[in-house]
Amino acid sequence: MSAPVLALDNVSIRYPSAPAAAVRNVSFEVGTGETLGIVGESGSGKSTLAAAMMGLLPRGSCVTGSLRFEGRDLFGQMTERDLRQLRGRDIATIAQDPFTALNPVMKIGRQLDIFQHWYHDRPRAERKARILEMLEQVRLSDPDVRMQQYPHQLSGGILQRVSIAAALLAEPKLLIADEPTTALDATTEAQILGIMAEAKETLRGATVFITHDMSVVERLCDRIAVLYAGELVETGTVAEVLGNPQHPYTKALLECDPARIEEPTSELPTIGGTVPALDDRPAGCIFEPRCPSAVARCRAEAPLRHDLGPRRSAACHLVTP
Amino acid sequence: MTDQTAAAPRAVKAERHATLRRLLGTPTGAVASLVVAAFVIAALAAPLVAPYDPNAIDPINRMQGPSAAHWLGTDQLGRDLLSRIVFGTRTALYIALTGTGAALGVGMAMGMIAGLGGKILDSALVLLNDSIKSLPLVLFALALVTIYGASVPALIVIIAISMAPGYFRVVRNQVLVLNNADFIVAAQSMGASRLRLAATHMLPNLIGPILVLIAMDIPAVIGIESGLSFLGQGIQPPQSSWGNMLSEGYTYVRQAPHIAIAAGLPIVLSTIAFTFLGETLRDALDPRRAVRT
Repeated sequence: MSAPVLALDNVSIRYPSAPAAAVRNVSFEVGTGETLGIVGESGSGKSTLAAAMMGLLPRGSCVTGSLRFEGRDLFGQMTERDLRQLRGRDIATIAQDPFTALNPVMKIGRQLDIFQHWYHDRPRAERKARILEMLEQVRLSDPDVRMQQYPHQLSGGILQRVSIAAALLAEPKLLIADEPTTALDATTEAQILGIMAEAKETLRGATVFITHDMSVVERLCDRIAVLYAGELVETGTVAEVLGNPQHPYTKALLECDPARIEEPTSELPTIGGTVPALDDRPAGCIFEPRCPSAVARCRAEAPLRHDLGPRRSAACHLVTP
Repeated sequence: MTDQTAAAPRAVKAERHATLRRLLGTPTGAVASLVVAAFVIAALAAPLVAPYDPNAIDPINRMQGPSAAHWLGTDQLGRDLLSRIVFGTRTALYIALTGTGAALGVGMAMGMIAGLGGKILDSALVLLNDSIKSLPLVLFALALVTIYGASVPALIVIIAISMAPGYFRVVRNQVLVLNNADFIVAAQSMGASRLRLAATHMLPNLIGPILVLIAMDIPAVIGIESGLSFLGQGIQPPQSSWGNMLSEGYTYVRQAPHIAIAAGLPIVLSTIAFTFLGETLRDALDPRRAVRT
């Protein structure tokens, strides 16, 4: 693999006035043309990571380790001005909730035009042509009409397509999609995922897909990073991790995926317990209180990352390389 | 299929006029707009609308009741009351617009700075505006007039100072809400600068509430101007103003009550009309309401 587009090395993030770090010692890489799926429960630090990748953490947040975009450390070497010039040009995002992610008093066409502000030296007609092209690419019917409409006149599926088109307009090297289908119903979700899959093909750069849905990862991603309570518990290619999960948390997550349950049951399996609170982390392994296969060592000692091959690792005492 | 695509642009075009239709569609909205329009026309074309010179004295016909020659009668110097009211409209609207405009400019600038700036700046501006708001308006105005003398610019400054906190509050609150709005964060994640955020994404979201506030403030400003003129601290005679006409009429209320009535009529009428216009505007401008009707 050539130099990664995005490389995280031992990244920890602590919000201002928070009792503990929201993300701890996370390391992974995303290369050109790759799609990384970041999976985890609510509160596992997925969205914090997404914000960090754009340099959009709240003022006063404490970041340690390095988060490099094309070799440049977002938090060490770049000023706010440098970061701003990355956003919307080299790094673009697709928001979680399409209903609130668009300005309610601005027509779709004008918003998409504004999203091209890095390309304002292009003539107006060319910018409009690009918008129409992108709207067609996300399979929006009547793009001309849609451009004249306000967000409240459109459905969630259409709005999310508009958001995808907006992100694609930037021709980003890194596309971050933070749970882009959570706010949508199942049918629309399938359509949007289809469009995402197509959009990925036209994109030359890397994609980070944040989700809690294993089937989405399976469908769209090349690699996967499983987060639990702000820590990276397992990473590798989708085939490796889903085919042969090493960490008990990954195993448990997969057992809970309704799509993987073969026998019909009246009750879906769950993982007992809850994610530990920020200020109440166990001394040993973070997953130990909920882990079905925990041993005495797990209570006392936090596991290190075990490398299980090239770019494949799991953080568990029970893993034997 | 072709029928559908042809119909859609028409629907979009119709939407553009929907706000106007909603404004004029209700009886109160239509009547209020009509009255306001009449006042605006009277102010703009005062020399054409007024039948007489507002300052022409005619002692023989003084304190006459309404007649065919003088529709609203004449005052204690024989001046035509209708003409004086028409020119008074010009004074009232001029002060209302410039005063509100100045208040809007100052209040909005402070509100934006407070909402987008740091915490200390915000607290300082809130303190300043709350202090101004806590002053009793009439006493404050009288004090300023005593110091600087009664003149139109002084009146405008007084109005700007006393009205600015209203705009400040609305703009600041709206900006604070918008700061955390998803679409602002989304615009930020697309590389928008703070200036761009404020100008292209926040400003259009402020127009609705501000328009309503303007329409609601204009009657208040007319009230301030009339009130100060009534007290002899606003527009100075012979320039006609509804307030100083009312004050003059009050002096002769026993001999010629029609003077005071004629002067009070436009104050009452304009205040009601602008208030109702503001209320219908508030309902009509809500973009989410557009879908339901």
